[in-house]
Amino acid sequence: MPLLSISWLLPTVGALLVLLIGNADGRRTSLIRWVTLIISVAAFVVTLAIWASFDPASPEFQLVERHLWIPAFGIDYYIGVDGISLLLIVLTGFLTPVAVLSSWIGIERKVKEFCVFLLLLEAAMIGVFLSLDLFLFYVFWDAMLVPMYFLIGIWGYDQRIYAAIKFMLYTMAGSVLMLVAILGLAYLHNAATGMYSFDLLKLYTLDIAPATQFWFFLAFAVAFAIKVPLFPFHTWLPDAHVQAPTAGSVILAGVLLKMGTYGFVRFAFPLFPLAAHYFAPWIAVLAVVGIIYGALVAMVQPDMKKLVAYSSVSHLGFVVLGICAMNVNGVQGAMYQMLAHGVSTGGLFLIVGMLSDRRHTRLISEFGGLKAVVPRLTAAFMIITLASIGLPGLNGFIGEFLILLGAFRWDPRYVVGAGLGVILSAVYMLWMFQRVYYGKVTHPENSRLPDLLPHEWSSVVPLCVVALLMGVFPTVFLKPTEPAVTRIVDRLQNTQTLRVERLERAERLERIAERSERLERPERSERR
Amino acid sequence: MISPAFDAIVPMLSVTLAALACMAWEAFRDPGERGPVGGLGIVGLIGAAVSAAVLWNGNTASFGVISGDNFGLFVTLVLVAVGILTIMFSSQVIDRDGIPAGEYYTLILFSLTGMIMMATANDLLVIFIALEVLSLAVYVLTGIRREDPRATEAAFKYFLLGAFSSAFFLYGIAFTFGLTGSTRLDRIGSYLAAQSLSDNPLILVALGLLLVGFAFKISAVPFHMWTPDAYEGAPAIVTGFMSTGVKAAAFAAFARVFLSSFEPFSADWAPIVWVIAAATMILGTVVGVAQTNLKRMLAYSSIAHGGYLLVGLVAANEVGKAAILFYLAAYAITNLAAFGVIALLGTRDRENDELRDYAGLWYSHPGLSALMTVCLLSLGGLPPTAGFIGKWYIFSAAVSAGYYGLAVIGVLTSVISVFFYLRVVVMMYMQEPGTEPPRIHVNAISMTALTVAIAAIFYLGILPTQVLNLASQSIATIF
Repeated sequence: MPLLSISWLLPTVGALLVLLIGNADGRRTSLIRWVTLIISVAAFVVTLAIWASFDPASPEFQLVERHLWIPAFGIDYYIGVDGISLLLIVLTGFLTPVAVLSSWIGIERKVKEFCVFLLLLEAAMIGVFLSLDLFLFYVFWDAMLVPMYFLIGIWGYDQRIYAAIKFMLYTMAGSVLMLVAILGLAYLHNAATGMYSFDLLKLYTLDIAPATQFWFFLAFAVAFAIKVPLFPFHTWLPDAHVQAPTAGSVILAGVLLKMGTYGFVRFAFPLFPLAAHYFAPWIAVLAVVGIIYGALVAMVQPDMKKLVAYSSVSHLGFVVLGICAMNVNGVQGAMYQMLAHGVSTGGLFLIVGMLSDRRHTRLISEFGGLKAVVPRLTAAFMIITLASIGLPGLNGFIGEFLILLGAFRWDPRYVVGAGLGVILSAVYMLWMFQRVYYGKVTHPENSRLPDLLPHEWSSVVPLCVVALLMGVFPTVFLKPTEPAVTRIVDRLQNTQTLRVERLERAERLERIAERSERLERPERSERR
Repeated sequence: MISPAFDAIVPMLSVTLAALACMAWEAFRDPGERGPVGGLGIVGLIGAAVSAAVLWNGNTASFGVISGDNFGLFVTLVLVAVGILTIMFSSQVIDRDGIPAGEYYTLILFSLTGMIMMATANDLLVIFIALEVLSLAVYVLTGIRREDPRATEAAFKYFLLGAFSSAFFLYGIAFTFGLTGSTRLDRIGSYLAAQSLSDNPLILVALGLLLVGFAFKISAVPFHMWTPDAYEGAPAIVTGFMSTGVKAAAFAAFARVFLSSFEPFSADWAPIVWVIAAATMILGTVVGVAQTNLKRMLAYSSIAHGGYLLVGLVAANEVGKAAILFYLAAYAITNLAAFGVIALLGTRDRENDELRDYAGLWYSHPGLSALMTVCLLSLGGLPPTAGFIGKWYIFSAAVSAGYYGLAVIGVLTSVISVFFYLRVVVMMYMQEPGTEPPRIHVNAISMTALTVAIAAIFYLGILPTQVLNLASQSIATIF
C-alpha cells in the first residue's frame, strides 16, 4: 500500500470532503468538527502505520514511491522516509488532532473553512517532510503558507492581518531565493550529466565548486533560518504566534518551525558540505545568541503567549546548535529536541489557549492563584512546563543533553552560552508558572473558572503522556533516527577530510611547483 | 480546403467570418431584437481552434507571409481560449451595462483576428497590419461605454500613444527594409546572418525602433504610461481581454522577430532587454503596492508580468522560448479569470472596482471570493497553480542561461507582488463588510467560464507536463 501518499492525500481529500458539507448559516458545525477530527485521527493512524513498517536499522529511504511528473526537467513525484523525517511525520499526525480539539469551542465562526484549512495545512506539512525531489519539496513548502496565512488572518486576534501578512512575506522572501538555488542545482546537474534533475539523492552526489556552494548554501540557509527562526530572522514569530488562534500556534510551534531545522539537516548541510563547514561556526554563534536572547526577552514578557513564543526562539537555538556541531550526538539531539519541543511547546500554547478562551486575556498579571481554582489544568501545565525546562525524566532533557554533549565535543565555548540558556529557561518558565498559579486569587473573575472540559482532557492528556514517554523511553524515539543521522554526519565529515586532503595535495603541488621554479630560475640566470 | 496555400490562414478566416456574421446580424436585426450573437463568435473561435489543431505539426505557410507553424498555432490556441472566455463572461456584463451586443462582439472578434494574424505573421509589414487591426478594435472597445468620461479619456490616451508607437514600429520596418532589402522575417534573418552589418549603426537604429514599438504594446517600462489609465477606464472585461490577448499577440511577434531574424544581434539587444525586463518587473510591482483601485492594481501587475515574460526573451535559450509560451497561457487564463470576477461583481451604476468594495466579500459571495483568491494566488506564483509553474519555468530559463541576477530580481519582485495580491485577499476575508453589498447573481454561462478557468489553473499547476511538452514542440519549428 502506498502509505506515504495516503498520509498526505488523506487530509487533502478529507478537506475537500469537509468542503462539500453544506453549512449555510452555521448549521452542522458539530458534524464538521467530528468529521475533521476523525480524518485527522485517521491520518495519525496512517503515520503510525508508517512507523510500524519502517525498518529502524536501515539508513536508506524507505517506502519510496516514484512516478514521473515533469519528465522534460527530471522532476518526479518522489517521496520516501528515513529516520530523520519519520518521527516528524508522526509528530505532524499527532499534533493535528490536538489542534482540532483545541479549537472545539474556541472557534465559532466559519468552522467549516477553518477545518478545511487545518487539514490542507497538515497535508502540505507532511508533504514537505516526505519529498525527496527538490521541486516537489518547494511546492509543498510554499503551498503550506496559504492555509497558515488564512488561519492566522481570519481566526486570529486583534493584530491578525498584520501578523498574517508578515508571516507570509518573511517566509516567502526567504524561500524564493532558495528556489533560485534549486534551479541552479538542477542546471548544474544538467551541465554535469546532460540531464536536468531535482532528485535529492542525485544532487547529493554532485561535485559543486566551493564558490557556488557558498552562494547556494546562503540561499538555502536564509530560507531555513527564517523558518526556524534563527536570531536575527525571528521577528515574524512573536507576531504570528501571539495573533494566531490556538490551533494555529500549536501547529506553528509544533511542526512549522521544525521545517527550518529539518531543512538544514536534509538539504542545506548535506547538499553543500564545504559551505556548511565554513558557515557552521557562524550559524552556531547566531544560535547561541538566539538561545540567550530568546530567554531574556521571554523573561520580561507580560503576555503568556509571547513568553512561550520567545521561549521557542531559545529552544530552537539549541536545535540549530546541535546541527552545527555535525556529530552524531549533536544531530541526534537536535532531532530529539525537535520532537520534544513540538510536544511541549505545542502543549504550552494549548493550555495558554485554554486560559485565554476562559478569560479572553493572556496577560500574566490578570491571573494568579489559579491552582486553587483549576487544579487539574494546573497539574497539566506543570508537567508541560517541566518538560519544556528540560527536567530529567521528561522529554526536554534528553535532547538538550545530547545537544550540549555534541556541541562540547565540537567546541566547548558554545556550551557555555547554551548552558546559560538552560538555566534561564527554568527562570522564565517557573516564574510565569508561579505568577499564574500560586499565591492568592487576585482577580475575582478568576475564582469561578471551569476546570478541564472533556475535549480539553482529550487533547492535554496525550501530550502529557507522550512527554513522559519520551523522557523515560528515549531509545524508542532515538533508535530509528540513528542510522540516517550517522549517514549524514559521515557524509559531512568525509567531505571535510576529503576537502582537507585535497587542499593539502594542492598545497603540496604548489610547493613542488615553486621548488621546481626556484630550481629553474638559477639555470636561466646562469644562461643569461 | 481550396488549396494548400490557404491552409495557414484558416484559423484567422474562421474568426473573421464569425465577425462578419455578427456585423451582419447587428445590421439586419429588428430594433430591440436579442439574438445569440455571442454564440456566433464562439462557433467561429471553435472553428479556429479545430483548424489550428488540424494544422498542428503541419508547418504550413500561406502567401509566404503567414506561417502556420506550431509556435503561431500555440499562441492561436491561447488567443482562442482568451476569446471564448471573454465572450462567456461578456454574456452577463454587456446586458447589464447596456453595451450594444452586435457591435461589441464584432469588435472583439476583429481584434482577435488581428491578434491571431500577429501571432502567425512572418513578415514585418503583415505584423504591422495585424497590429493596427487589433489596436483599432481595442481602442474602440476601451471607450465603448460612451457615457463614461473615464472610458473616453482612457480610449483617447490609448489611441494617441498607440498611434505614436505604431509610428516608431513603422520607422523600424523602414530602416530594416532599407538595410536588408526585405520585410520577410526569414529573408531578413538569413541576410543578417550572412552579411556583416555589425559596424553599421543603422541596424541598431532599426533594432531600437522596433524594440520601442513592441515595448509599447507589451507595456514594458518606460513605455508603460498608458497602461494604468487605459486599464482602469475600460470596462473590466475589456481590460481583461486586452491585458491578455494583446499581450500574448504582441509577445508572439516580439519573440518571432527578435529571436529569429535579429538573433545574430542578440549581443546588442540582450543587455537592453535585460534592463527593460528588470525595470518592468520592479516598477510594476513596486507601484502596484500603492494602488487602491483593483483594476489599476492589476494593470501594474500585468506590467510586471510583461517583465517576467521579457526574462524568457533575454534568456533566449530553448527553455526560455518554451517558457514564454507556457507563461503566456498560464497568465492569460489567470488574469482573464481575475478580471472576469471583477466584471461580474460590478453593477450598472457602479463598477465596484475599488479595493474597499471587496471588504467582507467572503461573507456575501463565498464562491466568487474563493475563485478570485485562486486567481490572485496564481498571479502571485504560489503552488499548486499555473502561475507557479510559469514562473518556475521562466526563472529556470534565466538560471540556465546564466542570468542569476535577473532570476533574483524576478523572485524578489514576485514576493512584493504577493503583498498586494494579498491585500485583496485580506479585504475579502479579513475585513467586515462595510455597507450591505448588492447580491450579484452570476449567470450559468459566466459561472461555467469561471469554473473552466479555475480548473485550467489547477491543471496547469499540478499536471503541466502535457502543455509543457506542447510548448517545447512549438519552438522546435521556427527558431
